[in-house]
Parts: sequence; structure tokens; C-alpha cells
Amino acid sequence: MRMFWDKKMETLNPADLHALQLKRLKKTLHSVESVEFYRKQFDNAGVAVSDVKTLDDLQKFPFTKKQDLRDGYPFGFFAVPMRKIVRIHTTSGTTGKPTVVGYTRKDLDTWANLIARNMTMIGIGQDDVFQNMVNYGMFTGGLGFHYGAEKIGMTVIPSATGNTRRQIEMIRDFGVTTIHCTPSYAMHLSEVAEEMGETLESLKTGIFGAEPWSDNMRHTLENRLGVTAYDSYGISELFGPGVAFECPERDGLHIWHDSYLVEIINPKTGERLSDGERGELVVTPLVKEAMPLIRYRTGDVTMLMEDGCLCGRGKKLTRISGRSDDMLIIRGINVFPSQIEHVLLRIPEVGNQFMVYIDKINHLDEMTVEVEINRSHFSGELADLARIQKKVVKELHDTLELRTTVKLVEPGSLPRFEGKAKRVIDRRGDI
Amino acid sequence: MDTKKYVIKQISIFSENRPGRLASVAQALGEEKINILAFSIAEANGFGVIRALVDQPEKAYKKLSSLGYNAAFTDVIAVQMKDQPGGLFEIAKVLGDAGINIEYSYAYSGKKAAVLILRVDQVDDAIEKILSSGATLLEHSVFH
Repeated sequence: MRMFWDKKMETLNPADLHALQLKRLKKTLHSVESVEFYRKQFDNAGVAVSDVKTLDDLQKFPFTKKQDLRDGYPFGFFAVPMRKIVRIHTTSGTTGKPTVVGYTRKDLDTWANLIARNMTMIGIGQDDVFQNMVNYGMFTGGLGFHYGAEKIGMTVIPSATGNTRRQIEMIRDFGVTTIHCTPSYAMHLSEVAEEMGETLESLKTGIFGAEPWSDNMRHTLENRLGVTAYDSYGISELFGPGVAFECPERDGLHIWHDSYLVEIINPKTGERLSDGERGELVVTPLVKEAMPLIRYRTGDVTMLMEDGCLCGRGKKLTRISGRSDDMLIIRGINVFPSQIEHVLLRIPEVGNQFMVYIDKINHLDEMTVEVEINRSHFSGELADLARIQKKVVKELHDTLELRTTVKLVEPGSLPRFEGKAKRVIDRRGDI
Repeated sequence: MDTKKYVIKQISIFSENRPGRLASVAQALGEEKINILAFSIAEANGFGVIRALVDQPEKAYKKLSSLGYNAAFTDVIAVQMKDQPGGLFEIAKVLGDAGINIEYSYAYSGKKAAVLILRVDQVDDAIEKILSSGATLLEHSVFH
């Protein structure tokens, strides 16, 4: 069976890899000079692209933060003219405005090839039938995997999300061997299949991503669905899914070092950490045309593993253990508490204090928002309260694209915080 | 017609649906020597409204507000019923025949008579229709 999509790139020896990385880094640094943000940023830091002689020289350059991308809304980070951009995706932002990511034709091909590497690495290919059960809209997970799977010749079923019983019928009727979804949805799928008395015999591979999941969850999913489960890591700013992926060893994520220059930093000091030290993942993508980024802070916490891998590919990252900022991942969707605050500020009938509770109910993430009724907007009528409650649910849904439960509580009853507010109580356990 | 004297001030209190909330409201009113003449609780989705007719509504409002409660006044009317079998039917038929839409209602049976408290959408219109049907409305002075 074919186990490499691009064996030369995937198994470059360290000397050749570093030479390639340096060459691509210089090219990337030149390409961002057409972005105003970077021209200013480099000027302020007193650094010039010509200063870069070795890979370590990258440390002289400032970081790019998610907030910078938001400030550049919508196209401030595009390094090519709009007529070169063939697709746009977005990712949720904190203040209602999303982060926009763009792709050139070559970017789409590069991205599909990276996903092809991941999928070939775990032994799937043209004999497989692939059901892609994630959102196909602005979210990068749907189209990203779709084109990668087509590239390696899989039979692709673009089923997207929803209607779980229909999803199960398709798996059964089309002989689906490989699924891609969030781990929570996989758990839900297994339960509905059990209710329907379906055993899903054809399944053998599960690709799960977009939210953190534990090894316990892996064992449970493997037992319930009869699959081998692989962790997939991606973020929209670095194309989307396909940035790092587990090989059959399933002991850490292979990140494609020819395409992504990895640093692990102390999120507080910004100082670079050694292999084996846990910190924030910072990536400089080396192959992006439309939206090259320099030292992008992902917010994800991981470390570079010291040991090599039996499969012969490069250094691995440990699976993502959490985030260094306050972003929540609810059913695969990024949510920032500040987004909730922003929505509530727009609704005069409720106060600005809030609490968020996140639970796992039937293996799906459920978010409950408690908010105080605004004293002067209480009419005394229950029906008016119900209307306010509905309004908050709708406004939250419009902004977060997420169904939430809203509880109206008495004015003054929510905790007030001095210093750093702890408004989010995540009650999701291990499984 | 002067319908004002039939309009009664109900105090409505927003309350989360959790143990002890009613006790806390009742205790506050008791401390102020406020008498509760009738009350009901309406609940929806984790929260509710405690509705009460009290002898001193302004004082009740002040006290509850000072304790942090969210209270508001709502206009209701009170129809006298015969405290005997068929008493409610008689009144309900009057309301139905007059085409009066009830948003909610609750009742109590006192020393003098049984009373049906009504929240309707068109208060003045309802008062006229009920009076012209021959039924008896209680004036607000009966309560406060």
C-alpha cells in the first residue's frame, strides 16, 4: 500500500530541510513586504528581510497575533491582488467580525496536496469511500478535506452536517470506509447507529478534528465505531485542516516542516522554548501565496517531541492540550467569551454581566448562557420575559452560529469580578 | 364611564425558579406588615413571575426593590363570583359572551365572596363589558 504522497518532501534529511526552509522563509519574508501591516511592523522593530542569514534570524521578527488579522479585516493581509484570490473562507472573531483568509489557485492546490499527504500517510486511498461530515460553508474543514480526498482518488460523499440517521444510511448503503467529523459528532453518530441497530461494518478509519479530544475518547470511539481513529490538526489561518496529522504510530502529530516553520514559545515572554518544553505553537507558513504570515501565534499549546518517528517523517508535535487564550471550542466552532459580551451589549433588555456553562450532553457540547434581566425592562409579564429570552438566543445564534440555552436571572444575582473575570465554567469531562 | 376605580395594581416580581425564592419574598412582605390578599406563580423555562395583590402595593414595591428584586406593577381587574357550585361558570360565560380575552387569571375565595382576578389586554373595554353584563367588579379600594 502506498504510504507516502510526497516521499521526498516528507522524509527530507535535516540539512536539506533547513536549506529548503531558509530559502522558502526568505521568499515568504519578501512576499509580505506588499502587506502594509508587515512593512510597518518590520520598520518598528528595525528589522529587514536582508538581515535573515539563518533560520534563527527569524527570532528578530515580531509575532503576528489573531487580533492583528482581525484589525486587518477584511483583506488587509492579502499579499496578492484580488484577481489572484480564487476563494475566501472565514473564521469566527471576537467582536462579531470574522477573520478572513484567502487562497490563490496555487494555494488551493498546495493545501489539497498537504491533505493528500495526511490521508495517504494513514493508508487510505482510491479504494476508499469517504464521508465528510463537517460544515461545507465558510468553515475550512469541509472543502479542505473534500479536495484533498479527491486528489488521492477517494470516492467522496460531501454529506456535510446534520440529519444523523441519513448519514448512517449513507455509510451503510455506500459502503463508507472513512469518515471525517468532530469527535463529539462521532460519538453522537455511534449512539444513533446503535438506536437504529446499525453496526456500520464498512467503516475502518475515522479522522477527527476541530476540537481537542482525549485518548479515552479515542478508545471509546474506536470501540463503538470499529474504526482506527486519527487526530487531525488545522487552523484556518494556515489554510485549514491538514497542518498536522497523526501517522499510524498515533503518538504525536506530524507537522509538514517543509511547509510550516515551527517555533514553540513561552506565551508570556515570547521566548523560544526547546524541544520537549510545552508552550504556544507559533508557525510561519512557508508556502502560502495569498496570505503569508510571519510568526503567527496559534494560541494552541503543544511541544516538539524529542524522539523521531518510526514512519521516517520529521519531528512531531504532541497533541494539542489546550489554548493559551480564552477561546472555547463548542461543537467545533470557535467561541470567544468577548463575542458573547458583545452580543449582550447590543440588547438593552438584559444586563452586561453573564456566565457561560459548557456541558457535554449526549456527547455533544451544550452551551448555557446566564444573563440578568435589565431592571428597567421588566414589564411584569411572563410573555415579555419569554420574548427577551428568545431574542437573546437568536442574537447569539446570529453571531456565534451556535444554538445556546439562555437563562434569564435576577438583576444583581450573577457574580461580579474584580480583576480577571472567570465567566466560563467548562464542565465537559474527559468524555 | 370612570373605569379607573376598578383597576387594581398587581405587583409582579421576577424570580428565578429555585428553592427559597417565594419564602424570601413572603418574608420581606411579612416584615413590613404587608398583607397578601391573593397571589399566583407563573413559570416558564427556568424563571417565573410571582404575582400578588397586597394591601400596600407601593410599600411592597419599595421593600422588594431595596432587596434587589425586580418588581413591576400590572393592571388587573377583580370580578366577584358566587361562592357556590356554578359560580365560576356564570362569570366565565359572561366573559366569553362579551368576547373578552384573558391573558391570565387566578382566584381566591374570601369571607365575603369568591373573586376572580383577571389580566386582560383591553382593561377599559373589559370593565365596561363586564359591568354592562350585570356582573360585579370589585373596586381597588377593596384591596388597597
